[in-house]
Amino acid sequence: MTTVTAERSDYYERRGFLGTLGRDGLLQIVLIANTFLMLAPIVIMLFSAFKPTMEIFNSPFAIPDFTNFANFTAIWVETSFVRYLLNSFLITGVSIALILTLGTMAAYAIARYEFFGASYILLFFIAGLTLPLKLAIIPLFLLMRDIGVLNNQLSLIFVYTAMGLPSTVFILTGFIRSLPNELEDAARMDGASELRIMWSIMLPLARPAMVIAAIHNLVPIWNDFFFPLIFIQNDALKTLPQGLTAFMGEYTTNWGVLFAGLTLSAAPITLIYIILSRQFINGMTSGAIK
Amino acid sequence: MPTLRLTGRGLWITALIVPPLVFMATFVAWPILSALAYAFFDWQGLQRGGFVGLENFYEVLFTEPFATWTRNAFIHNVIVFLVLMVIQNGFGFLLAYALWRELPGARFHRIAVFLPVVLSTVIVGYLWKLFFHPLFGAVNKTLDAVGLDWLSQPWLGQSSTALGALIFVNAWHWVGFPTLIFLAGMQRIPSDILDAARMETESEWVKITQIVWPLVAPSATVVFILLFIGSFNWFELPYIMQGLDGSPFGSTDVLGLYFYRTAFGNQSAGVMDFGRGSALAVITFLFIAVVAAFWTIRLRRREIQL
Repeated sequence: MTTVTAERSDYYERRGFLGTLGRDGLLQIVLIANTFLMLAPIVIMLFSAFKPTMEIFNSPFAIPDFTNFANFTAIWVETSFVRYLLNSFLITGVSIALILTLGTMAAYAIARYEFFGASYILLFFIAGLTLPLKLAIIPLFLLMRDIGVLNNQLSLIFVYTAMGLPSTVFILTGFIRSLPNELEDAARMDGASELRIMWSIMLPLARPAMVIAAIHNLVPIWNDFFFPLIFIQNDALKTLPQGLTAFMGEYTTNWGVLFAGLTLSAAPITLIYIILSRQFINGMTSGAIK
Repeated sequence: MPTLRLTGRGLWITALIVPPLVFMATFVAWPILSALAYAFFDWQGLQRGGFVGLENFYEVLFTEPFATWTRNAFIHNVIVFLVLMVIQNGFGFLLAYALWRELPGARFHRIAVFLPVVLSTVIVGYLWKLFFHPLFGAVNKTLDAVGLDWLSQPWLGQSSTALGALIFVNAWHWVGFPTLIFLAGMQRIPSDILDAARMETESEWVKITQIVWPLVAPSATVVFILLFIGSFNWFELPYIMQGLDGSPFGSTDVLGLYFYRTAFGNQSAGVMDFGRGSALAVITFLFIAVVAAFWTIRLRRREIQL
């Protein structure tokens, strides 16, 4: 009983406009402080990218001269940055295309047709969601060696596609299953082939889920560092995160160039994220949210 | 005619389902099953030798110096997991709660908190490595600027602070993830339940502990399990910031680094030992799988069906 009265008096004191204002004010302060902590390192990185090294050492927080592109020029001219960037584009692009193609095929078959073993096949795909493929790196390394794609970007494309399929099949099966039957039945009555029903009628409807699945896989593939570390040795084939490690080792004392390299590496995904933040957040947290 | 049509459809379904299945079998199922098998063999470099039963497991768990290394790395993983549970998931819950109130600027704060999540661990790791530089890093410069210069120290260079610094960076990188999953959980709480709660009590604490927390239990399950799996797979961040040996003096060594060193060698010892490496991978995998499975079942049980 005593606790109840304690709560009651607490309730009495806290109610009212001022109480709400105080509580919301506190939460607002937490949010602002956190946002500052999230953005300050990124802003310092961006500022430092425009400064000569000595200026970074002496006045790390000062606003730089934004017309000084010396660090960026050094990266453009002296390093293979553009090469790494193109490699990352290529590998991510091909992997996402393969993931969507194979994932849609599997999800469509499981979701739209009844056949023996469909639920087991779905289970087989979903089991892959929980398995950390990193721990199978030794067999993967030997497998890539045996099929002759070690030190070849195909090895990365294969692993990323395999990594992306479980979540894609999971997301797409749920969505394609929820699509109405009427259109499909009408088209079938008109004598349309199964391929045509899938391609011209059902898949255009599944596009939103395909976007979610693509973003869900895009960020981990674009950012991955572990698999290139094992599979790729040739400098000309390196991805952006992997190339960044080589580059950071080379310019250890030239902080201006280091920060410019980090800024350039972070720029593509950051810009896309700012433009498409809603889709990114939905895509990356999908699967974790029922 | 009907049989012909059935064959046609059977062929069509086969054509759809077989290529993805082959892919999964080749690049997921087969490697994982092989990883289990490899641990029971003796390896000479990349060549598989004879069957040795549990010897690799015995060596990494019970013979020196491997046993000490394994234990050291495992303890660090446990610390990483427990501390991140408090600062990453705990703070994530608080942030989610603050965002949920839709205060002015909530949209902007939501975008900001998730921004580091989209960056590569390589970028985040190097950025903070520069920030933690003892002389010129932004962290010590900031401490000097606000008069806390007695706190300035070589964060990554001494055993007492290195692991803590890495944990902080990980929390900075990932806090947006639990935040937005908790937020999605809160947004799904039906408004009539909240209205009823508002009639009963005005105490924020009671509302959080009695209403919000139990109702976001499904989000908590997901966030806890993902953090658990992530903590015991920790590799990229310590690798980028402290190197393969978990410097200084093994104070940031974790199972991921230790496994990599064992399997693929490091600069000082270029020996590749796939047998002991596989044994470590299998032990880590079984540990994650068993704990995650039991814990998921327990957490699911406390979830409330709305």
